[in-house]
Amino acid sequence: MNSKVTIAHGSGGKMTRALIKDVFFKYLGNDILDRCDDSAVIEIDKGRIAVTTDSFVVKPIFFPGGDIGKLAICGTVNDLAVSGAEPKYITCGFIIEEGFPVTDLEVIVRSMAKWACEANVKIVAGDTKVVEIGEADGIFINTSGVGILKHDRELGVDKISSGDKIIVSGTIGDHAIAILSKRKGLRFESTIESDCAPLNKMLTEVIESGAEVKFMRDVTRGGLATTLNEVAEDVGILINEESLPVSEPVRGATELLGLDPVYLANEGKVIILVKASDEAKVLQILKNNEYGAKAETIGEVTEENVGKVCLKTILGVTRIIDMPTAEHLPRIC
Amino acid sequence: MLKYLDEYRDAPLALEIAEAIRGLSTKPFNIMEVCGGHTMAIRKNGIQKIVGENINLISGPGCPVCVTSKVDIDKAIAISQIEDVALCTFGDMIYVPGTKMSLSEAKARGRDIRTVYSVYDAIGFAKKEKEKKIIFISIGFETTTPTVSAAVKQCAREGISNFGILTLNKTMPAALREVLSEEESKIDALLCPGHVSTITGTGMYNFIVDELGVSCCISGFEPVDMLKAIYILTEGHEVGEKKLANAYERAVKAEGNKKARAMMEEVFRAASVEWRGFGVIPGSGLELKDDYAKFDAGKIFDIDVPPAEETDRCMCGDILRGKLKPIDCKLFKTACTPEDPQGACMVSSEGTCAAWYKYGEL
Repeated sequence: MNSKVTIAHGSGGKMTRALIKDVFFKYLGNDILDRCDDSAVIEIDKGRIAVTTDSFVVKPIFFPGGDIGKLAICGTVNDLAVSGAEPKYITCGFIIEEGFPVTDLEVIVRSMAKWACEANVKIVAGDTKVVEIGEADGIFINTSGVGILKHDRELGVDKISSGDKIIVSGTIGDHAIAILSKRKGLRFESTIESDCAPLNKMLTEVIESGAEVKFMRDVTRGGLATTLNEVAEDVGILINEESLPVSEPVRGATELLGLDPVYLANEGKVIILVKASDEAKVLQILKNNEYGAKAETIGEVTEENVGKVCLKTILGVTRIIDMPTAEHLPRIC
Repeated sequence: MLKYLDEYRDAPLALEIAEAIRGLSTKPFNIMEVCGGHTMAIRKNGIQKIVGENINLISGPGCPVCVTSKVDIDKAIAISQIEDVALCTFGDMIYVPGTKMSLSEAKARGRDIRTVYSVYDAIGFAKKEKEKKIIFISIGFETTTPTVSAAVKQCAREGISNFGILTLNKTMPAALREVLSEEESKIDALLCPGHVSTITGTGMYNFIVDELGVSCCISGFEPVDMLKAIYILTEGHEVGEKKLANAYERAVKAEGNKKARAMMEEVFRAASVEWRGFGVIPGSGLELKDDYAKFDAGKIFDIDVPPAEETDRCMCGDILRGKLKPIDCKLFKTACTPEDPQGACMVSSEGTCAAWYKYGEL
């Protein structure tokens, strides 16, 4: 096989077959995918299904704590899991730039296989297109995900009411700083790794505990500030700056770069809004899980300040946290 | 590093100092925080709310993006339209409105405009892409200029000929004199920029105290730092004493960084430049000395850009002079938002309007 992906690999002919067989099927194969049908036919258990789609264009493709393949699986899995669904099936579309190293593609696909296995999902359909040099940036991945809701609980922002507690599943900003440091060649005292992780098993446990969870959302692009603002449409939110979990290296990096951790992207964090009486129960489940060990209650839903996310600073002053607008960039003087 | 900073973020200590300030303060006191970094930190932590009603913190002109004039943005856009030019800039600059468009819009129209984190990123491009002319938009005050000076010297030494800078660098003293000399100036004291002072030393502020009768205190950027500086200034104000103090001794030495200043003086000389909201201030900016003129984008290219008119509705000028606060501007949060900024103060991550918008009060 060529060491680089060529236009011929995307032509639909023999080369395409070889790439599919030697890379994709080699790592991702399962009873459904192996049938090579035009579409995957899957049996559905009783219940409702959740469907999601996402595209992954991360740069760099490989970063501390993950790669575009891991990100694609975890991102899709988490979108399903926060809806209260158990992720079951994923499809993947690859858009590859001509000249992309086949060895890199193998690393990415192997990583997808590993994390799909960890999250207990099957990759059941896929597609590959190769575009000319300059028409894509290395590799882009698009996914769809299907999950099953085995319970009849309804989660949603309309379920939230004042007094509900807001829990975040761990330290914020790790993914953004990991990417930024790799992209810009910034070196910090210790390597900051992305938090990219599949949260489905942990969240299933939360749902199955019977705790009265009102709403969950993964905290990704735009950071905690964005996610909380999305939640605060018909209620107010009050967050305590003191209780925001931020790792020491991330805090150091944000100090240096003039960034605010609440606006930074994450790939393995979720906020859970839960009835106050069940806060301790949920927090305990999270803390017992490797992906939730640093979980904290960061605030609560309030009757006042509807539509606003407020933050009580360490000095006891309350101010508003707004949605971010443009890309956050380091200080320059 | 953070453990080192933690003591300056110690909430009980900060609150204790704030209480002492409130106890000490008996009359109105207008303090201008010169640096955009201070404005951000004050808003982020809610410092104004805890120092009592007598103390009025007013933002000053110390944000390099905010004071970049429209005509300089127009110049940068004109340069980006020249064949084979790749224009490199710090991120905030690309959203600053020019007369017709911002650099971001020019980029969307196909111009090669790149966001960099350091002048050295731009030099990296110059070394790799010999067929391109790499132009770096150099902005910043005394803190940033030494790095650019070193970079220009490196290019001269290594014979890198496809690199140039559009010099928009500015220096603090002339602008501060301009703000404080105004007849209606109500500024009693300055909270002076910590980072700039590490380079300039404390001597830069002597004329402000001696000639203009305005007290100065150099401050760091953590709550305890700023409150300590405000306390020192309030103490003087209460007894009518004008003084120069340094509350950021862990970083700022009286003599500053002589080596960095020497490097700056070797490469640049003073020039009269235009500040957004101020017009041209004599001796308030820098230009490359003759020995380095071949790196001067203004000389490499023949750029002829007509003078730009400032939007008369945008009050950036009065905000930068400390005459108005963002909420006094009719455009604030209505026609002027971070998504659609009318003036540079709303664009920059250290801009006064951006700080007020981002860290809004209830």
